[in-house]
Order: sequence, then C-alpha cells, then structure tokens
Amino acid sequence: MSIRPSLRSALSTLTALLMLLSAAAVQAAPQAAPDAQATPQQQKVNAQDTQAAALLNQLADGSYHNKAKTIEQIADSSDERARQWLEAFAANKLARLEDSGEFVIIIKNRGRHWTIANALTGEPMGKRSRRDIDVIRVNNQLRNQLQDILSVIDLKVSDPERRLAAARDLRGKVTAEMTSQLRKVYVDEDHAEVKSALEEALAIYQLDTQQDPEAIEILDGSLSSEARAALNRAAQSDQPELAAAAKKALSGIQDKLKLNRAAETLYFGLSLGSVLVLAAIGLAITFGVMGVINMAHGELMMLGAYTTWGMQQLLPDSPGLALVLSIPAGFLVAALVGIGIERSVIRHLQGRPLETLLATFGISLILQQLVRTVISPLNRTVITPEWMSGSIMINEALSLTLNRLYIMGFAALVFIGLMMIMRKTRLGLEVRAVTQNRAMARAMGIRATRVDIMTFGLGSGVAGLAGVALSQITNVGPNLGQNYIIDSFMVVVFGGVGNLWGTLVAGLSLGTLNQLLEPWAGAVLAKIVVLVFIILFIQKRPRGLFPQKGRAAEG
Amino acid sequence: MSDLISSHQAPSANAVNSRHWLAQPFTEKATQRFLLVLLGAVALVSVLHLAFPEGHPLHVSTYTVTLLGKYLCYALLAVAVDLIWGYLGILSLGHGAFFALGGYAMGMYLMRQIGDRGVYGNPDLPDFMVFLNWDSLPWYWHGFDMAWFAFAMVVLAPGILALVFGFLAFRSRVTGVYLSIITQALTFALMLAFFRNEMGFGGNNGLTDFKDLLGFDLRSDATRLGLFIGSGLALAVGYILCRAIVSSKLGRVSVACRDAEARTRFLGYRVERVQLFVFVISAMLAGVAGAFYVPQVGIINPGEFSPLFSIEVVVWVALGGRATLYGAVIGALLVNYAKTVFTGIMPDAWLFALGALFVLVTVFLPQGIAGLMQQRFRRRPEPTAEENAA
Repeated sequence: MSIRPSLRSALSTLTALLMLLSAAAVQAAPQAAPDAQATPQQQKVNAQDTQAAALLNQLADGSYHNKAKTIEQIADSSDERARQWLEAFAANKLARLEDSGEFVIIIKNRGRHWTIANALTGEPMGKRSRRDIDVIRVNNQLRNQLQDILSVIDLKVSDPERRLAAARDLRGKVTAEMTSQLRKVYVDEDHAEVKSALEEALAIYQLDTQQDPEAIEILDGSLSSEARAALNRAAQSDQPELAAAAKKALSGIQDKLKLNRAAETLYFGLSLGSVLVLAAIGLAITFGVMGVINMAHGELMMLGAYTTWGMQQLLPDSPGLALVLSIPAGFLVAALVGIGIERSVIRHLQGRPLETLLATFGISLILQQLVRTVISPLNRTVITPEWMSGSIMINEALSLTLNRLYIMGFAALVFIGLMMIMRKTRLGLEVRAVTQNRAMARAMGIRATRVDIMTFGLGSGVAGLAGVALSQITNVGPNLGQNYIIDSFMVVVFGGVGNLWGTLVAGLSLGTLNQLLEPWAGAVLAKIVVLVFIILFIQKRPRGLFPQKGRAAEG
Repeated sequence: MSDLISSHQAPSANAVNSRHWLAQPFTEKATQRFLLVLLGAVALVSVLHLAFPEGHPLHVSTYTVTLLGKYLCYALLAVAVDLIWGYLGILSLGHGAFFALGGYAMGMYLMRQIGDRGVYGNPDLPDFMVFLNWDSLPWYWHGFDMAWFAFAMVVLAPGILALVFGFLAFRSRVTGVYLSIITQALTFALMLAFFRNEMGFGGNNGLTDFKDLLGFDLRSDATRLGLFIGSGLALAVGYILCRAIVSSKLGRVSVACRDAEARTRFLGYRVERVQLFVFVISAMLAGVAGAFYVPQVGIINPGEFSPLFSIEVVVWVALGGRATLYGAVIGALLVNYAKTVFTGIMPDAWLFALGALFVLVTVFLPQGIAGLMQQRFRRRPEPTAEENAA
C-alpha cells in the first residue's frame, strides 16, 4: 500500500517535467510567424474579398433555389466573416446599397435611418436612409437551412485553433438535425485534435440517444467534463453491460485527472518555489559572504518592481520592450542602492550582525516610506506584455499560465548565471575565499572590502531582478518587499548559508510544500504549517539543509 | 539557583552576594534612584490628576493618564527585551508575540466579563462567536471567566510558549542571527494564525468592546488611574526582578554566555538552561506588560503580533542603551512619546524618523542614551555589551 502513492508521485513528477519541456518547445515555435507572413496574407485577403463579393451578389440576385446553393458555397468558403454574413442574412439584416452596390450589415433598423456597417471590412458607415438599403430577402426554408449551417460554420474556418474551440464547444450540444452536417465535417477534417473533438461530440450524442457501447470506447480517456457527464449518465443506465463499461471508463478518467491535478500542483509549487528562490538567492549571497542580514532586501526587490513600472511609463507603447529593458535597469538600480547602503551603513557595523540587522531594517522603513511619499501609497499597475499573458493548454484538465512559466525560466537563468559567476570568475573565487575565511583571504592579498562591495552589489542586483519578475505576478506597491522578506529568510535558513544549491532546493521544496498543503489546509494555514515546520527543522539541523562543512563551518 | 546553572561541581562563584538575591537590588544606588523617579512620577501624575479640576493648567487629563499608562506597559516590555538582549545576547525579534499572548489572555477574561451586555446579548458567547454562528464556547475559552485563572494564563501562556520554543532552540544551540530570524518567523506565524476567524480569537477585529475589570467600570476615570498606577507598579516590580536576576550569580553566568558562550560551556555551566530560564522569565514579563496594556487601550488584535512591532521594541532598547534596564525604560518612553507627537503632526514623517533612528542609533550610538549619560558623568560603566558581542 505504501509503495503506490510514492510511485504515483514519481510518475507525476516525470510527466509534469515532460509537459513543461514540450510546452517550452511549443511556445518557441509560433513567435516569429506573424511578421514573415504579412505580405502574402494581404494578397490573400484581397483575393478573398473579390470572391466574397461575387458570392454575396449571387446571394442577392439568385432565385431561392440558387440562394440555397450559394449559402452552402459561402459556408464552405472558409472565410472568417461567413458566420457574420449568414447570421445577418437569417435575421434580414444583410443588405446591398442601391447606389454603390456595396454589401452592408444593418446594425440598427429602427426609424427611417438605419445604422449600417460594411459587410466586407466591418467598418461602420454611419446612418443611411432605409430607402437606399436593399435588404436581401430570405424565406423560412432558407432560415432552417441557415440554422443547420450556422451550427457547424465555425468548424469550417481556416484557423485550426478556432475550429478546435468550436468543436470542443459542440460537445453535449449536438442535436439530431446537426448530425448529418457534423459527420460530413468530420470526414473532411484533417486536423487531428479537431477531429478527435468532433468524434467525441458525436460519441456523446450517440451515447445519450442510442446507448451505443462503441461510443464509450471513444470517450474512454477523454478529460472533458461533458464526456464525463455523458459517461455518468450511461453508468446510471439500465443496461448492465453499458453501465459497467461506462463505470470502467470513468474510473480510468478519474485516475488520469488525479495525475493532471498532481502535475498542476507541482507546477504551481515549482513556480512559487522559483519566486522564492529568486527572492532568497541574493540574500543568501550577502548573508553567506558577509554574515550580514539585509532586512532591506525586500525593499530592494520593491525597487526592482518599481523600475519595471517606471520603464513602462517611459515606453507606454511597448510594455514588452520596457519589461526586457527593465531587467538590466532593475539590476542596476537595486545594485547601486545596495552599494550605497553598504558604503554608508553596513561598513561601520563590521562584525556586529545583530546591529546590521537593525540598521538595515531602519533602511527598509525609510525606503518604503520614500516610495509612499514620492510615488504613491497605492499599488501601481504593471502591464503584462502579450507574449507573457495567457496560458498553454497541455490537455483539457491542465493548462499552465505563461507568466509563471517565464518566471521559472528566468529564475533558472539567474541561478545558472550566479552559479557561473561564483564558479568561473575571479570575483567568484575571491567571494568564496572571503566566505570561508576572511582573515586568511586578506592575508593572501584579496581586498576584502572590494569583495564586500561587489558581493553586496551583486546580491542587491539579484533582488532587483526578483522585483522585475515579481512585478508580473503580484501587485507593485510599497509593501511588496515586506510580504516576501520573511519567506526569503526562511528559504535561506532552511537551505543553509553560503550554499546556492541549498537555496535552490530549499526554495523549490518550500514552494511545493506550500502548494501541496494549500488545498488541504487553506492558504493561511499552509503558510503557518510551513513556518512551524521550518522552526522545528532548525532545531534538528541548526545550520540548514546543506551546512558548510570543515573549517569554514565555524563562523 | 545553583543547580540550575551548573551541571555538577562548577567552580563556586565569588561571594559578592552575601544577601538574598531578591534583596540585592534594594541595596544598589542606581536602582534606588530609578525606583524613586518612577514611583515619584507615578505619584505626581496621580496627584495632579486628582487634585486639580478639569481646565486647570496643572490638571492631567484622563487621556494623558491612559497614554502614560500605555507607555509604562511598553517600558516593561522593553525591560523584558533588555533582559535577554542586553544580559544574555539573544536578540528576540518576536517578543511582541509574548506581549500579545498576555494581552489576549487578559482580553479573553474581559470578553467573558461582558456577559449578556454585548450587542447580541448572548450570556455565554462573545459577540464575534455569535456573529460567526458558533453554538458553544471552544474548549480553550473555558476558565477565562474566572479572574485568577485568566491572570495565571497571562503569565503561563507566554511562559509555556517560551519554554517550548526556547527548549527546542537552545538545546540545538540555535543562536545569533538564526535565532532572531526564527523568533521573527514565530511571531509572524502567530499573527497569521490569529488573523484567522477559525482560531476563535476574533480574527482581524480581535477582542474589544470591554466593559469592566474585576467589577470596575473600564470607562471610569478612577479605573483608568488605577490601571496607570498598576502599570507603574508592575514596571517597578519587573525592574526589581530583572535587577535581582542580573546581579545574582545566574546573571553573571548569563553575561558570560553572552560574551563567550563556548567558554562558559567548557567551564561547566549549562548554558542552555541559563538561556531558557532567562528567556522564559522575560516572556512572562512581556505577557504581564500585555495584560496591563489591553484594558487601557481597550482592544487587542493580531496587529500586536506583527514583526514590525517586535522589532520596534528592540530599537527602543537600543536607543536607551542595552544591558542597563533603565536605558530600556528611557528608550521606550522617548520613542513612544515621539511617535505620539509625530503621528499627530505629520504621520508620513514617522516612518522616516523611525527608520533613521534605527540607523543612527546602531551606527553612532551603540551604547544608547545610557551610554552617553555614563560617559558624561565619568563613572565606571555598568557591565555593558562589548563591541564584539553578537
């Protein structure tokens, strides 16, 4: 019994990782596309317009018999505006102007002057006298035909995403009249996902109306709620075989859903964890090297977030560019402020860590109040650029929000960057030397003061980077830093001082732990439990998960 | 006392204290002077309040009396923090938690005293429980209708928390910055917990709308004066107790723990026991301060648990001067008076001033005001924290 859950969690970890990888790959692909296609698309639109005008003319001039054929042609033309035209047509709102022969859609047909818009371009054309407007006539037979066609017309547009959405929307809504049309569409469809969604929609209909056991096979493994609802209905059926098959399919679906939920929790946990890592890693550096608790760390993060806001104020038209630019800017602002703090205050408190803690706390109060006075006590809005908003749908039960994915990637980059600095550069070497033994490092000719300045600048700069990232997921306000400072301390204390890997593991595991507890205990209680857990953990391992070993340990 | 601090045959301390350790403070000139000033001031305020009618220039209003009473509670809290920070080297950033726990114990008693005079008129349940549709009193509220039990809990609740927390922390030798961070996490966790309605302590509104204490109407001037005098006496008793502890052998060992923990341990003293004992006493004093505070301000809510408050207490002590006890009192009174004035005139400037105070005191005034005074009077300083004490 005890093996199963652990096996399942291991499996879910693996699947979630795979999903993340594939999601990243999917995301990378469509980025460049729109610009490259601009000109050919333009030509296509023009060609489409001529074709559409011809079809609309046929619709206006033909006999009712020919109109029926034209309707089919319009529906099959895969023109995105087809739905609009046909809906207007069915409602007596598609018309031709008598003087220019332009096709218009009537928006408001009250009074003598009607509000109209161009049917081809969608541009509003103001009001025209109703005498100038020649409404294209329609009869009841055509309306019936239109109703059937309209129900599947979204399945005929050229954009597969829209087709998919339409097909998914149809599930559970299929009516007897639609089936023949749907079958036709299904056969013609060549996009695999759309096809399977259509198959599902038809299967739900079949299961509901004909108790078709084959439909259960099709629905088995589907994650949509409509499929589950249909299977549930089938499970209540009085045919024992059908009910048994439906129940079996349902239990399989439940297992799959559980897996997806686990993956989602893991994703949220890792994303929260990566935020914690970002927030804590700068702190870990300054604490590890200088033994200095920088209580103003949270406020340096706040400055980074405000830099993002300021950048977006400077470049109001391109929030994406502003965000990218604020990465170096946020680093610089926070690093400079950090160096200022080090030079003006911390330098005078060498070897008195508790006093440093108090002094930096005072600085944090001043910075907070400064932002309140100079900018505003209210939260500022930072715009999320388009390429960062939205989410990736892995399957119907699991979708990952993009901004968190970006932040995870960003955290990973920052972590790797810091690791490289620590491992590969001269500065890193000196920092490690000073961390291990300040006196000996100085005796070997390392200028410890310079190392202090550089480390403090680096740690503060990373706080600024964390702030830039945080501006995308939380409110940017004067209290931003306060909300994260205690969590960051917990991560540093939990991971062990002076160990970047410790910070990474601690941040990710605390984030995941928090998310695991949340559905079971609620957000606040989860946080309390995590805090208590750390307080107890510190009793067992006072130097954190990965304590420094050997001579460096006694500091 | 001696078996508390030494494991076995520890080297016997010199016989400085021939008197009983509790009587020792009364022989000290500085303590006598402090008590004289404190009790004199309390008496003076009381007399001015009672003897002169309202509107007379020498009259001290009830508002001022209550305000001063509040300051005295803060001063007692500061003394408690100074006891462990100044003489034991433990920087607790969570002493507000013990203060608030004492306050909540008192608040629960006051809530039960309301009886059926609440808005909903329920004789058994406090208003907020009726509001949340609770049908019976949670188990931990039982007994708080009895004064003796509630007053015992004022001391016991913070004491037990400090005992458990300190036992775990000191046994694993969590000290220095780590301990500070952990105490801050403790008070933060408690704040989050008390904000929850489900905890049964009134959620973010806390406990308020008190009516009377031991049968005295809390809104009457006489009761308020009584609470002020009580706070003054509590501060005096707490001060004497701390003084007695620090001048006893235990106090000397605790100063040794502060300055050289490892060496003290090697000499055979049970450092963790000394730390635990002093820590628990300090937490209890904080609880008493909270208990006097609540009836005077008329409310207790989870805001008292906020890490900002706890760290503010530390800066009172730092400003006054560590390891002097009277410095803590001076710091608490000064900072809180400044806070009242500042937040009255220009509220925005207060956080600037407080922040600057943190920085300036730590950088330029490591010995605090008490240190300045000692330099000025060219006397041999009391045992003060050395520069490199962490």
